[in-house]
Amino acid sequence: MTNEDSMTLDPVARHLTDRLQREDIARLGMWLFLSTEVLFFGALFLGFTVYRLSYPADFIAASKHLKVWLGGLNTFVLLTSSFFVALAVLSAQRGERRGATRYLGLTLLLAIVFLGVKGFEWYQEFQEKLVPGWNFILPDAGEASSAHQQLFFCFYFIMTGVHAVHMLTGSGVMSWLILRCRRGRGTLSQTEVIRIESLALYWHFVDIVWVFLLPLLYLTGLD
Amino acid sequence: MKFTTLLWIYLSLVALLAITIGVALLPVESAFKPVVGLAVATTKAGLIAAFFMELRDRGGMVRIFAAAGTFWLLLLFALSACDYLTRQWH
Repeated sequence: MTNEDSMTLDPVARHLTDRLQREDIARLGMWLFLSTEVLFFGALFLGFTVYRLSYPADFIAASKHLKVWLGGLNTFVLLTSSFFVALAVLSAQRGERRGATRYLGLTLLLAIVFLGVKGFEWYQEFQEKLVPGWNFILPDAGEASSAHQQLFFCFYFIMTGVHAVHMLTGSGVMSWLILRCRRGRGTLSQTEVIRIESLALYWHFVDIVWVFLLPLLYLTGLD
Repeated sequence: MKFTTLLWIYLSLVALLAITIGVALLPVESAFKPVVGLAVATTKAGLIAAFFMELRDRGGMVRIFAAAGTFWLLLLFALSACDYLTRQWH
């Protein structure tokens, strides 16, 4: 067990005396945070499941209004962004500053594409008068069916909205990280590698949430 | 984690995406589709967690922390299901 890093350590973290411990702590901390996020989204998924099982026909009918090809496209974009962020981590673990920042830049680009497509979808749904509490009208549905379909759209907008907020936050942190890493010189320091790894864990989590949103929201309507 | 490993996992994820949308579009028994959809989603999540999030490489504590979230989620769903499934006793 070496003490080499403790002289260069942030004064607050002087109890972490070796490199492996600093990496471990960062990883455990991020996974702990992600576990709380699992519960956060889990509550929304539970609510959706309860109503999906209570009003199956109405939820299937409501889901038909969503554009499956846009959902599928966005899933592909997000999976690719996860691939790029994993490559950024690989570069970072080898200390390659330029490689890591390039892959992070590509990830950020795909994140912007995702948010653009999502925004376009929401705009379309607004045009089609599907936004609960704003302009929701389904002229052909009965009163009960319309209420249940409106419930579906409440879940749709809130779940994809909260997901988009997570994407935005992640993108913001990623932009900051890219700028910080570009300003540095030489091999990446351990702190920088830890930051990239932590952000990557968060990013993969946000991807996993979307991977579950796709079948529940979009593919329900295809029967 | 090697580049080629990551590449294979990525290609598998894209293939699984194609499968999940493909099955949803096929004229198959409709009770079957959500099951396939969720099974594929769980597989994708597993691959992302094991390979992209490096759970396969990290031992012990990290895996326990990662499993904790899923465990609590299962509790959430299981106990809620107990409520709904036992509401027919009037």
